[in-house]
Amino acid sequence: MSTTPSPVPSTREAVIIGGNRIPFSRAGKKYVRTSNQDMFTAALEGLVARFGLQGERLGEVAGGAVLKHSKNFNLVRESVLGSSLAPTTPAYDVQQACATGLEAAIAVTNKIKLGQIESAVAGGTDTVSDAPIVVSDRLRAALLDANHARTTSAKIKALLAIRPKDLAPVSPSTGEPRTHLSMGEHQAVTTAKWGITREAQDEIAFASHQNLARAWEAGFFDDLVTPYKGLTRDDNLRPDTSLEKLAKLRPVFGASLDAPATMTAGNSTPLTDGASTVLFSSREWAEERELPILAKFVDAETAAVDFVHGHEGLLMAPAAAVPRLLARNGLALEDIDFFEIHEAFASTVLTTLAAWEDEEYCRTELGLDGAFGKVDRSRLNVNGSSLAAGHPFAATGGRIIATAAKLVSTKARETGQPARALISICAAGGLGAVALVESA
Amino acid sequence: MTDSYLTLANGTLKPVFKKLGLPQPAILRRYRPGSPLTVGPVLVVADDASAADADAVAKTLSGWDVDVRREAGDTPGERFGAVVLVLTGARTPEDVSAPVLTVARTLRRLAGNGRVLTISRAVADGDAPVLAATRGGVDGLVRSLGKELRGGSTSNGILLTDDAAVDSASAVAALRFFLSAKSAYVDGQLLPVGPAEVAGPVDWEHPLAGKVGVVTGAARGIGAAIARTMARDGAKVVVIDVPQAGEALAAVANEIGGVALQLDITAQDAADKILAATKPLGGLDILVHNAGITRDKLLANMTADKWDPVIAVNLTAQLRINERLLAAGVEGLRIVSLASTTGFAGNRGQTNYGYTKAGVIANAAAGAPVLAAAGGTTNAVAPGWIETEMTAKVPALTRTVARRMPSLGQGGLPVDIAEAICFLASDPAAGINGQTLRVCGQHMVGK
Repeated sequence: MSTTPSPVPSTREAVIIGGNRIPFSRAGKKYVRTSNQDMFTAALEGLVARFGLQGERLGEVAGGAVLKHSKNFNLVRESVLGSSLAPTTPAYDVQQACATGLEAAIAVTNKIKLGQIESAVAGGTDTVSDAPIVVSDRLRAALLDANHARTTSAKIKALLAIRPKDLAPVSPSTGEPRTHLSMGEHQAVTTAKWGITREAQDEIAFASHQNLARAWEAGFFDDLVTPYKGLTRDDNLRPDTSLEKLAKLRPVFGASLDAPATMTAGNSTPLTDGASTVLFSSREWAEERELPILAKFVDAETAAVDFVHGHEGLLMAPAAAVPRLLARNGLALEDIDFFEIHEAFASTVLTTLAAWEDEEYCRTELGLDGAFGKVDRSRLNVNGSSLAAGHPFAATGGRIIATAAKLVSTKARETGQPARALISICAAGGLGAVALVESA
Repeated sequence: MTDSYLTLANGTLKPVFKKLGLPQPAILRRYRPGSPLTVGPVLVVADDASAADADAVAKTLSGWDVDVRREAGDTPGERFGAVVLVLTGARTPEDVSAPVLTVARTLRRLAGNGRVLTISRAVADGDAPVLAATRGGVDGLVRSLGKELRGGSTSNGILLTDDAAVDSASAVAALRFFLSAKSAYVDGQLLPVGPAEVAGPVDWEHPLAGKVGVVTGAARGIGAAIARTMARDGAKVVVIDVPQAGEALAAVANEIGGVALQLDITAQDAADKILAATKPLGGLDILVHNAGITRDKLLANMTADKWDPVIAVNLTAQLRINERLLAAGVEGLRIVSLASTTGFAGNRGQTNYGYTKAGVIANAAAGAPVLAAAGGTTNAVAPGWIETEMTAKVPALTRTVARRMPSLGQGGLPVDIAEAICFLASDPAAGINGQTLRVCGQHMVGK
């Protein structure tokens, strides 16, 4: 294991000062009729309060939502204007499915490293409870035609094209546009391909709940979460769940496959509402203000896989991104103290780990000399992950970055040695974003 | 929680309330930045031996643009904003008679929300019995008068200790506090004030400018009012509350440009967290131990789950934090703790709470020399009935009785506690140490 810090990059450092999120809530519960803008503003306000940033002009705020109404074209800027930050703080929206929050962090930290900005907030928000509902394409076409028509009779004619069935609203779908398969069905194929068992998946889910509950009890989130709308903890968390209870759940994905279906509501993330933010800056900016520096945002890598033609599983891109990231930084899996692998499904974590241990796969798909290596499971999602906390798509990145930063900071303080965390987030569209965080 | 009786008694039915002999609580005047110090001219009265001190008081008042009178005069319709009775030189009870009777003749000319303030010397060890009687008698005069005054007027006293001059820094600060609307709900109280100096002129509009203050239990109620008042007075504030109260806490922080610290003050490392949070703001100057809980139970039915948390939150936490901060070498720390009138008088069902609040009072007294050695002070403020979310939950009958009990005939507001705390935490109040100031409208329980 490497005990020396990573080499100083040719650009300056981007550091993580801290984070804030609201407790995540299962769809349809606490945050019903709460918009993405409401939630992101609340998360920002908690961050501002934690670090006394009222009236401060930050370099920029970047973030986004996966399920976003067209009226929220400037979601993050509108949230900044509704916050206590200076209205002169620029902002922009980012969208990369479930990697949105992490991609926003990559964008702002790159600007910090280049010296274009001194400080930034990255984050994300998503609501399923307040998701935009869209009208059908035929209704939309008729309404647009009517709008463009010049005469009353032309308008009436356009509207007469509407049929009763066109009036049914279209709910947002997380299904893949090119395959028409849901994410769960895609992952069920990958799960079966790698022969991941139901028991192994339930163990991941059980550990997630146990770890997250322990972290909450220990006060780990006292300076990472601000309660919202009366909710003080993630309400998807089941501290009392057991392997027996998880084993009783009926599989929900993969019923049409030859292999036995193994993916249940217990080992898949639920639809969740929430928002998260992370405060980044140059080291100088933080030191001038005597703000704490938890960690450095060292480097990041994104990848994509060809899932459309069935060559690779939809959620396997991080398996390719991580070896490239670590190689660039001269690191191996053994050099990582904390693995924060987003639990879209318990099996996503397991198929990723299995792929890295598979010599054949690493040779042919990743272009490595042999197996990438084995992840020490005692370093995996030590304070829980998305299965327990829930997964408000764009908000997951911010949750993980803040958790990882605090973990490495605490460990480095305790051991006097640098500590590293690897963040890995899979996303729809065969995308993946990964990042390296190291104690400051 | 609005006091509907107070509203009714001051509405169109006011004459009816008077005719029926019903209690007539007044609408109290509260401090607004920029508003006049008093509601009218201030009359300064003294016995012959105190004339020089009275002159010094008059001079101080003149410096504040107050219309100072040395004679009551007989301008028809003129009403005094305050009468200051200086008795510092009195040696025998006979010395006091003439000036007191002068005050008596002016009381009917005291404006609503007026002030009667005595300035005398505290009884000290070794005083001759006659001198002690002369000085000690002021206590009974002030408290009795408090019970006679109407229309929101109050009666209080400054007790100079250790040969403090009437125009020394803390005596001047106390004079200003008691005359001002900041002391609206302080009545029937005598505050011992010792010698102190301040460097340079005092900014009375921003007495806490440049200071960093910490308020525990600041998400709502009295704590939030303390934080707001501290910020108004110029301080940078770190507001603390339990993580569960974080949403309201963040709102308070963002409203006043402060920092929110979600912290359970009973944690072993609470003091370290407080120091870390104040560091970016430039250090720690003022610490207000406001966080408190109640778990009422008759002692016969008391259990550990009702006793222990009250002791831990209301008393042990602040003892530990103070100790750690002093050990860490924090200099010039100004501590103010929330006591309660229950700490003086006790309250049925509150043996646990009463223990902690009496403990707070004793701790402030005993801690005074310790803090003074490090250039600081420690005091307590004892609220009486204050209108908060917490007291709004008290049964209606108890609430009504509690509101009418004090001489001022009403409950106080959170800001009344906040004003007293910010006064005690200010630089010019450095000569006030180890005291517990009641802010209770002269509630008729305890001393």
